[in-house]
Amino acid sequence: MQSFDLGKDGLRALNSALHALKGQTNMTAWEVVNPKGAHAIAAGVDAPVDITVRGSTGYYCAGMNKQATIRIKGSAGPGVAENMMSGTVIVDGDASQYAGATGRGGLLVIKGNASSRCGISMKGIDIVVHGHIGHMSCFMAQSGNIVVLGDAGEALGDSLYEARIFVRGTVKSLGADCIEKEMREEHLLILEDLLRRGEADAKAKPEEFRRYGSARKLYNFNIDNAAAY
Amino acid sequence: MCGIVGLFLKDPKLEPKLGAMLTDMLITMTDRGPDSAGIAIYSGAKDGLGKITIQSATPDEDFETLDADLRDAIGQPVALIAKNTHAVVEVPLGQLDAARAALAHLRPNVKVMSVGDSIEIFKEVGLPRDVAARFDIAKMKGTHGIGHTRMATESAVTTMGAHPFSTGSDQCLVHNGSLSNHNSVRRDLRRHGMIFETENDTEVAAAFLSHKLQDGESLGKAMEATLTDLDGFFTFVVGTRNGFGVVRDPIACKPAVMAETDDYVAFGSEYRALVNLPGIEDARVWEPEPATVYFWER
Repeated sequence: MQSFDLGKDGLRALNSALHALKGQTNMTAWEVVNPKGAHAIAAGVDAPVDITVRGSTGYYCAGMNKQATIRIKGSAGPGVAENMMSGTVIVDGDASQYAGATGRGGLLVIKGNASSRCGISMKGIDIVVHGHIGHMSCFMAQSGNIVVLGDAGEALGDSLYEARIFVRGTVKSLGADCIEKEMREEHLLILEDLLRRGEADAKAKPEEFRRYGSARKLYNFNIDNAAAY
Repeated sequence: MCGIVGLFLKDPKLEPKLGAMLTDMLITMTDRGPDSAGIAIYSGAKDGLGKITIQSATPDEDFETLDADLRDAIGQPVALIAKNTHAVVEVPLGQLDAARAALAHLRPNVKVMSVGDSIEIFKEVGLPRDVAARFDIAKMKGTHGIGHTRMATESAVTTMGAHPFSTGSDQCLVHNGSLSNHNSVRRDLRRHGMIFETENDTEVAAAFLSHKLQDGESLGKAMEATLTDLDGFFTFVVGTRNGFGVVRDPIACKPAVMAETDDYVAFGSEYRALVNLPGIEDARVWEPEPATVYFWER
């Protein structure tokens, strides 16, 4: 186990050490202590390693992550796992705004609540939130899945493309062009898999969720509107 | 971008450390606002005395005989404690208006930062660490306080453009964000007799609240009115003689984190600002909801 004290050695040294890990490495387990809300902790990692951050983090923790499993034993500031490519990020506490924004792949698990704009413009990432999500979540989300065990705030899925949204609790309001859709067998299978991988299978069953998606009226060109352009 | 910090103490044992705790929090927020910094401290009332915090670009000249000049003008005892570019002038409570009027006449270049029986405001251009050191904020005691680090967007980097803004007795407000309808709200408030020192958008928000409070609204109701009447981005933290409030606009893109223990309520633009507070590990830490008013009163 490589232990790193952010209070002593500083953020740049940590991220340089993590960026130096390429391909196969023997240094597969890392622990970061004294994060104290610092920004960009373990951003840009590209190696199959396991990193545990013992405390709460500031902006952009685990941003652009590739391959790594990053666990935050606290809460995460804005933009956790922003633009993640692959790997897994697990937040034990709450996440601030735009968690998982623009994520291309991998799995983001938030065991507490996520605030506004969770999964905004997501492009293939999977997000599992054990608690609630705030307003404008999944705005312009393009692909991937988000599973919310609690409630969703205002304007869920506004201007949505092809991401799938599963919510167990209430939805305060749906955004433009976001509608409830039929839950089919294939969706229950996706949910079952994500609940298991998101460490939420003991808390919720796939049948308890409703599915929301795009009505596809906003992003398809409508010939009747040709005169308006 | 700007940084806000705030502390409302519930445990009187922490009161001697208020200035030190706020200074540490303020310096942590330097990279959110390196232009200027300011702090409002509610240091408690002295029996029968009120205070006016003033600022001068030429303090040696302006402050030297000011206590004697003011005493002669209002016929009452006056004490003046100079701190760098600022000074706290103490007068009998009933004489605050008379002293302020005399001050405007005696020293037209001196600016009034705050008036009240508990509040003192110190603000200047410069890095938060330097501003806090100039006024020895770390040695100040008090019941609650609010600090701000400014990255200017709406008006010039000047002492008067720094936060906190105080537009009513023992009231102050700091702001992260920008308002888009401040000119029309300012015009309306001017018609109602409110006086403005700057073209700054935040001063309008402060005066908006002061005006509501003057009309007898509660702090909570006044803060709720900002959600309907002020247009733009804001996280406001507000102080009154015995209260401390927080409100964010409905979009809530300006960050905010709060922590509460049995001993205090704390506000930070980021969690980083709170990490050195006593017992933070076990505090309830949360993000204030959009369009929701929070306030504490003692």
